[in-house]
Amino acid sequence: MKRSQRLRWQATAIATVAALGVAACSSSSSSTPTSTSSSTAPLTASAPGITPTSILIGSHQPLTGPAAPGYDEIAPASTAYFDYVNAHGGIYGRKIIYKYLNDAYDPTTTASVVRQLVLQDNVYAIFNGLGTPTHLAVVGFLNSEKVPDAFVASGCDCWDNPTTYPETFGWQLDYIREGKILGQYVAQHFKGKKIAYFYQDDEFGMDGVKGLEDEIPASMVVAKESYVDTNVNIAPQVAALRASGAQVVVAYSIPAFTALLKLNSLKLGFNPQLVVSSVGSDPITLSGLLEAYAKQGGATVNGNALIQGMITDEYLPALSTSDPWYNLFLKIHNQYDAKEPLDGNFFYGMAVAYTFVEAMFKAGRNPTRADLVAAINAGLPQGPMVAPFAYSSTDHDGVTGGYIGVIQNGVVVEKTPVMVTDTTATGAVTPYTGSEQSPPASGVPSP
Amino acid sequence: MTMRTLPRRLGVAIIVAAIVVFLSIKLNAFRDFQIAQIAVEVTAVAGLTVLTGLSGQISLGHAAFMAVGGYTTSLLLLHLAWPFYAVLVVAAAVTAIAGAVVGAAAARLRGPYLAGATLMLGVAVPAAIADAWPATFGGDQGLNITFTTPAFLGVNFPPTRWQAWVATLVALIVLVLLANLDRSRIGRNWRAVRDDDAAAALDGINVAAARIRAFVVSATCAGLAGALLAIVTLGVGPGDFTLTVSIALLTAAVIGGLGTLPGALWGSLVIVLLPTYVTDVATSHGLSSTVGSNIPPAVYGAVLILVMLLFPQGIQGGLRRLLSLLVSLFFGPDQKSRTWRVAPPTHVTPSADDASAGQHEKEGTS
Repeated sequence: MKRSQRLRWQATAIATVAALGVAACSSSSSSTPTSTSSSTAPLTASAPGITPTSILIGSHQPLTGPAAPGYDEIAPASTAYFDYVNAHGGIYGRKIIYKYLNDAYDPTTTASVVRQLVLQDNVYAIFNGLGTPTHLAVVGFLNSEKVPDAFVASGCDCWDNPTTYPETFGWQLDYIREGKILGQYVAQHFKGKKIAYFYQDDEFGMDGVKGLEDEIPASMVVAKESYVDTNVNIAPQVAALRASGAQVVVAYSIPAFTALLKLNSLKLGFNPQLVVSSVGSDPITLSGLLEAYAKQGGATVNGNALIQGMITDEYLPALSTSDPWYNLFLKIHNQYDAKEPLDGNFFYGMAVAYTFVEAMFKAGRNPTRADLVAAINAGLPQGPMVAPFAYSSTDHDGVTGGYIGVIQNGVVVEKTPVMVTDTTATGAVTPYTGSEQSPPASGVPSP
Repeated sequence: MTMRTLPRRLGVAIIVAAIVVFLSIKLNAFRDFQIAQIAVEVTAVAGLTVLTGLSGQISLGHAAFMAVGGYTTSLLLLHLAWPFYAVLVVAAAVTAIAGAVVGAAAARLRGPYLAGATLMLGVAVPAAIADAWPATFGGDQGLNITFTTPAFLGVNFPPTRWQAWVATLVALIVLVLLANLDRSRIGRNWRAVRDDDAAAALDGINVAAARIRAFVVSATCAGLAGALLAIVTLGVGPGDFTLTVSIALLTAAVIGGLGTLPGALWGSLVIVLLPTYVTDVATSHGLSSTVGSNIPPAVYGAVLILVMLLFPQGIQGGLRRLLSLLVSLFFGPDQKSRTWRVAPPTHVTPSADDASAGQHEKEGTS
């Protein structure tokens, strides 16, 4: 096991070096002498969406509709970080203009707004398009138009398909890796307990369960219940979970359904240990939803008290003033977008914008669209993430690991070291031996 | 009359086609995509408006038929690489069969029961596609296809323009055929069944057959729309055919003017163009994203309410009333029969003494 692990790391390292070499060769042999060498070359309109003074990027985001609560904070947070970079010299002097359009989490609308961004507004790249069903509606189009499709805001393993979708890259922890990391923790810490799964009946939930099943022996699992996100009546599923005698419920649910799971369990006097994927566990979003739903039903609850002790995973640092990234993002938050709460979604928006700025610097002074893709394929530093990225020319997954945390007094407290793994059924979940990076003093990654 | 209406309809269709070709060359690629989107929407809405407006049957699950057409098209293009026109014909045929099956059940149901049954179809089909046979249907990810422009147009011909042309051509063919059907015995039977099925049966009309026929025609249109959607968006997924899509089709038919084919066009224009237009206006006035993003749904709602209050017969009904008002102002009341020469040609009223309202307006109130 250990040896195959080392072999895999070596293979990854060799692949990365090879990819770097290829990228270096291609950029040195290209006719434009601008990209890496000269720092005084004039800025040109080197690609669609790029002018000597600006870089226009676009995105589709759920600003209204079922997915809006919480997720509508992400794009404003990214904008705040881009504004900060623009005020601190921009990217080689160019300012980033971030135009995001509302798709209301409806794939038909996504198809329309993304074409508007690409065909009419001529954006350089699509950045952080949010949602699995929504982005699936445009991934083929973006790749046929050769538009860089950087850092999809979804953990679907479907973005890691460099042969079919060479332009598309994931960013957040994919649901399979996440499921394996959660699954290993559950298998080790709840030995002999009865485990049940509660998951969204789509790519998101099923990928997660796939990861869980790699680590949790089938003999421990007593029930599997799924829900569809258009039906808020999950009382039958919760009753079935209760009847199974489950002591631990692992949930692959979006925040609204994590809250419904908790409230329905409460109603039945069913109190299992909840283990929830990072997708559905942001404490600030959850406690707000719990209080709002209870109020609709004529009850008053304390949201933070209800989620106390919930186990989850994170691939971003904890929201605490002891973390240098949190302090950097807090400073930018207060300066540029203090109206929004600084919760997990806001942190996410800032962090993904930081990764994009890193990639843009690596793409060179006068980048083409292909330069950006090559820069990401050559690998990116992990920046605010707790584990390294998987990026290579053969792997378009994002971050490769995270840690297990428990919610205490409304914040996620780290319980385990950072664990990394791969998306295969047999790949082991191992502690990450590297360390987290510190943010640059200026708050802007250097070229 | 019928001898003269067919050439005139063809004439109008050719003029519309010429306008679309001109626009698609003048405007940018995104506008081409919107033209194609409108054509897809018109094709489906025209079918639905015939079903609901003429034969009096409601469908809350028309996107399910679009899914049948869309998946048939994608599978044929992916695995057999047939020419697209052959694929469109097969997709239409497959959806017609689906329409006949559903129609046979629907002919026994009325009002809320039919609404419920079609609603179930609209919910179940996309969900079933997402879950069943992932190897064939691609699960949640759906299927991606390629659609190339023909060689004679040259390598630099924008693909979105070609897609807009194909979609518009199909939409116009569908409209011309539906307009003819509307004025034929089949169309008259549908109206008779809609207005009073007992009376229609006494007149010797086979009510069940008429209803099934309406479902087949309507489903075929929806299937073609789904096929066009697959070609225009380069693939299909279960998310393209949700209940929201079904409801939007019905909304377009009602806003445009239920039972009228030009109304299908007005309704589709509103559904496709209004959100983009309002978003552009909202963002260009520098509104914050939280305010700006809520304006399009608000405007959409306001437009729905206003249209229903001001033009209970939909936009087409409103236009007609406006036109007859203008004509009586300029030509005097006895010249009203001239109106119908300039009005959209699909609803020519033969009798000159039909003074105040068009035939369909009267039918709509019944």
